[in-house]
Amino acid sequence: MKVRIDPEICQGQGRCFSIAPQIFDFDELGNGVVLGDGLLTSETIELARLAQANCPEHAVFIEDSP
Amino acid sequence: MTDNPLVQDFATDWDHSDPQWVADPYPIWEDLRQRCPVAHTDRYGGGWFPATHAGVSEIAKDTTNFTSRNVVIGNGRPTELDLPAPIGVAPPITSDPPFHAIARRLILPAFAPGPINALEPMIRELCSKLLDTMAGEDVVNAGTQYAQYIPPSVIRGMLGFPEEDIEQFLEFVHIILEGIDHPEEERIIEFEPVEKYFVAQIEEHMDSPRDDLTSYLLNAELDGQNLALEHVFGTMVLILVAGIDTTWSAIGSAIWHLAHNPEDLARLVNEPDLMPVAIEEFLRFYAPVTMARLVKHDMEYQGCPMKEDDWILLGFPAANRDPVAFKDADKFIIDRAENRHVAFGLGIHRCAGSNLARLEMRVALEEFIKRYPRFELADSKAVTWAPGQIRGPRNLPIRILQ
Repeated sequence: MKVRIDPEICQGQGRCFSIAPQIFDFDELGNGVVLGDGLLTSETIELARLAQANCPEHAVFIEDSP
Repeated sequence: MTDNPLVQDFATDWDHSDPQWVADPYPIWEDLRQRCPVAHTDRYGGGWFPATHAGVSEIAKDTTNFTSRNVVIGNGRPTELDLPAPIGVAPPITSDPPFHAIARRLILPAFAPGPINALEPMIRELCSKLLDTMAGEDVVNAGTQYAQYIPPSVIRGMLGFPEEDIEQFLEFVHIILEGIDHPEEERIIEFEPVEKYFVAQIEEHMDSPRDDLTSYLLNAELDGQNLALEHVFGTMVLILVAGIDTTWSAIGSAIWHLAHNPEDLARLVNEPDLMPVAIEEFLRFYAPVTMARLVKHDMEYQGCPMKEDDWILLGFPAANRDPVAFKDADKFIIDRAENRHVAFGLGIHRCAGSNLARLEMRVALEEFIKRYPRFELADSKAVTWAPGQIRGPRNLPIRILQ
């Protein structure tokens, strides 16, 4: 599984990188960005799902990785 | 506004300054969600109030049909003076696309987590000093002695205004917040001393730039040119208006909640790591900020015949209590894990100061409960709530328990 943030939807609410700093960071405007390649492990998937469930803009997507 | 007749039916005659709404708006909104999800009023020149999460969300994100040219409901329909589109009087909150993105991009770096988190030691020292001034008192006023002082002091520091000007600065804050819905002609007169002081500060910063928000705005460039001074001034006023009674209200509401929910207070004292999750539930349950929009052109929305320049009152606090969007929406759950609250708005106008607001809330609450691990309301009937678009306790007497 892979996590991504849609930059068109993200408004910098700041929830993802507060909840899961292992997975997300912020850019110079305070918008969320995914660290590294966004590939999730069995250890990080639940945290990614929690961040997704807290994004008011619904900007976090978790998808099957190719 | 408070001279308005009492509301009989909020579905057809809502008024966010009605005493019933000010004292306890939540049952009103729940009733509206069930029988009239977009309420109407002829007051304030005419307006609409969506009470559901879906309605608030849809309108907040729709900049085609709704404009932000004025976000604070005045006594009547907006006049030409209120509407200097596309910049607006206080960019970017009063700006629409496409100018909005440009104005917002200018200020976001100053409010991103990096620079904001660096303020934590300063805020902690400020809170600690305020608590020192209250030491030894059995009953303290968490509103007028504590919450009220935190945001203005932080913002004074961020703007780089002299520390010794704090009393004068607090007076300006008072003028700006009280005057926000006065007619433009009155506001111009009331604002004169504020404008004079700000212009003097701007000039002083032009002569000797330093590392603060005023110099940051003066250095900022649009299309290779420095910002117009009106833009700099407008953004400074916006930072004051948007950053003060909002956060002060949020801090006050949280202390009010803890004062009559001892089990939640005990959990925060015993489980400090819970604070960030608790902050989000305070923000959901007691969201202080309601913003306005104007209808851009005659249209029908959810069966409602909206007219150009009708007000829209965007009830983010109401959206946060919608049971369709939140499980047990009417229950405060201090460790609520999934919390998509919209206290900071939704879409392109997401509160630019949200990182600062969260930091101030966290530090203010951490310091307060560290100093006072047990307290209760000294007189629940004496607690007063601010009317209008920013909701929070103003008079908040707290009895300190041993």
